[in-house]
Amino acid sequence: MVLKGRAWKFGDDISTDHIAPGRYFHLRSNLPELAKHVLEDARPEFPGKVQKGDFVVGGRNFGLGSSREHAPRIIKIAGVGAVLAKSFARIFFRNAINVGLPAIAVDTERIDEGDELVVDLEGGEVRDITKGEVLSFPPLPPVMMRILGDGGLTEHVKRYGELKLD
Amino acid sequence: MGETLTQKILSAKLGKKVKPGEFVVSDVDIAFTQDGTGPLAIRQIEELGEFRAANPSGTALFIDHASPSPRRELSNDHQLIRRFARETSSILRDVGDGICHQLIAEEFAAPGMVIVGADSHTCTAGAFAAFATGMGSTDVGMAIYLGKAWFRVPEAYRFVLKGELQKGVYAKDLILHIIGMIGADGATYKAIEYGGEGVGGLPMHERLVVSNMAVEAGAKVGLFPADEVTKGYLEERGRGGSFKELAPDEDAEYERTFEIDLSQIKPTVSFPHTVDNVREIDDPEVKAVEIDQVYIGTCTNGRLEDLRVAAGILKGRKRHPRVRLIVTPASREIYLRALDEGLLKVFVEAGGLVNPPGCGPCVGVHQGVLGDGERVLSTQNRNFKGRMGNPQGFIYLASPAVAAATAIEGQIADPRGYL
Repeated sequence: MVLKGRAWKFGDDISTDHIAPGRYFHLRSNLPELAKHVLEDARPEFPGKVQKGDFVVGGRNFGLGSSREHAPRIIKIAGVGAVLAKSFARIFFRNAINVGLPAIAVDTERIDEGDELVVDLEGGEVRDITKGEVLSFPPLPPVMMRILGDGGLTEHVKRYGELKLD
Repeated sequence: MGETLTQKILSAKLGKKVKPGEFVVSDVDIAFTQDGTGPLAIRQIEELGEFRAANPSGTALFIDHASPSPRRELSNDHQLIRRFARETSSILRDVGDGICHQLIAEEFAAPGMVIVGADSHTCTAGAFAAFATGMGSTDVGMAIYLGKAWFRVPEAYRFVLKGELQKGVYAKDLILHIIGMIGADGATYKAIEYGGEGVGGLPMHERLVVSNMAVEAGAKVGLFPADEVTKGYLEERGRGGSFKELAPDEDAEYERTFEIDLSQIKPTVSFPHTVDNVREIDDPEVKAVEIDQVYIGTCTNGRLEDLRVAAGILKGRKRHPRVRLIVTPASREIYLRALDEGLLKVFVEAGGLVNPPGCGPCVGVHQGVLGDGERVLSTQNRNFKGRMGNPQGFIYLASPAVAAATAIEGQIADPRGYL
């Protein structure tokens, strides 16, 4: 899978409260509506301006906090192609893959706001077209690659009737 | 090579020796959701064709976050949860029963269990030497549906505790100190295991505080050994039969080991907006912070012993005129016992108010949302921007003792002068 888009830059410690604020708790069963507020507590202009295929580019410990899977789901609904960060909180990372949103742990230090990126998931490569640089990342563990390839965990279980790790 | 406690639990469950880094599929003893995550989990199960729980007696649905419901959208979510519980014969704990993690501790958790919950603080049950970890709705939905979940066996960090906590210092101060020391991502993907002679001096209600906040350092689980303390707690609750002793092997391999002298820990406060932003109470900057609201409760510090400490400080005193004092017992049983012991009367006489058992204002839904620019001193586990319903609010975290002293003084206060 090769994805292309432009970067929205965020800082360290972007929590699930930044992504899916608790004050919109009542919208959790209405994800398209909740998605209109995605990441607004980190960057208020983000939900109104994000374009299909854009990338969310974070720093350290992206997605820390609550287990709310609504967070990666609304990032995906907003059209984001993948989330790139220096590191991820573990529940967010797992949730992202389970809902079919690629989460890529890569050194994002030199990626700037608006940079054009091409992400090759299988190849383990991010090309920053704007800067003419290539960043590599280790591939996802096979079990997560399989879940992502199946279109998420629910689709995986639908297909196999069980959890298939090998 | 011996096994860590993490390995021991998973090896016993799988009937083979597991190693850190290995991917395994394990049976789960308990899978649960709350009302913020349950509806999405149920809808994922529904996509597979029908409401189904592989193990209804190990499936629990809690309604604690928006409890009782403040809005019709949430009331409708609650209806879906109740219907799923009814149709699958799963366990339901409804409004007023209490917070999922507290009820898991009171009624269900036991040494050696594998527990998955659609709530990040599921790690609370690690206090029982249960491999208990938070996941998202889909993972837990599939765990309910299949009775299984997949895990990567984590490497472990060992914290060796020695000495005793001093008067006025609690497990909350200890865990804030630890998170300050290793950082909010200091144990990401790792298991944290507590050991050493200092562990024996920590009763279950204090171990639960420490395990509850493992996730605030990024950890997957926060485990205590199952020992005499665990046994005593389970026996007191009529669940002594579920006890078994569990400890890591002497020669277990840990990725990192830390030593902590409990006697050196001081009352500690976490400043906005990350949990690892901690200061000790003696820092003049800490005592200078004026507070608008004090919140005592949550899955971290809403237990009977917490309410006793706070009431001990507040008895015969009044809250500062600026401070709104909100207290929420973590479960129905705690509420009843606090009622019997006269603790709730103390809070109300001090000028406070008492919410029904549940998560209260901690998740930003209701029962104490902050105004713009307001500062709250709370006994909860998280102080992220927006956590309590307003990104313009500021959240400080501390023990129930600091909270009670702060309610009286209107500024963050040292509780040791009141004890």
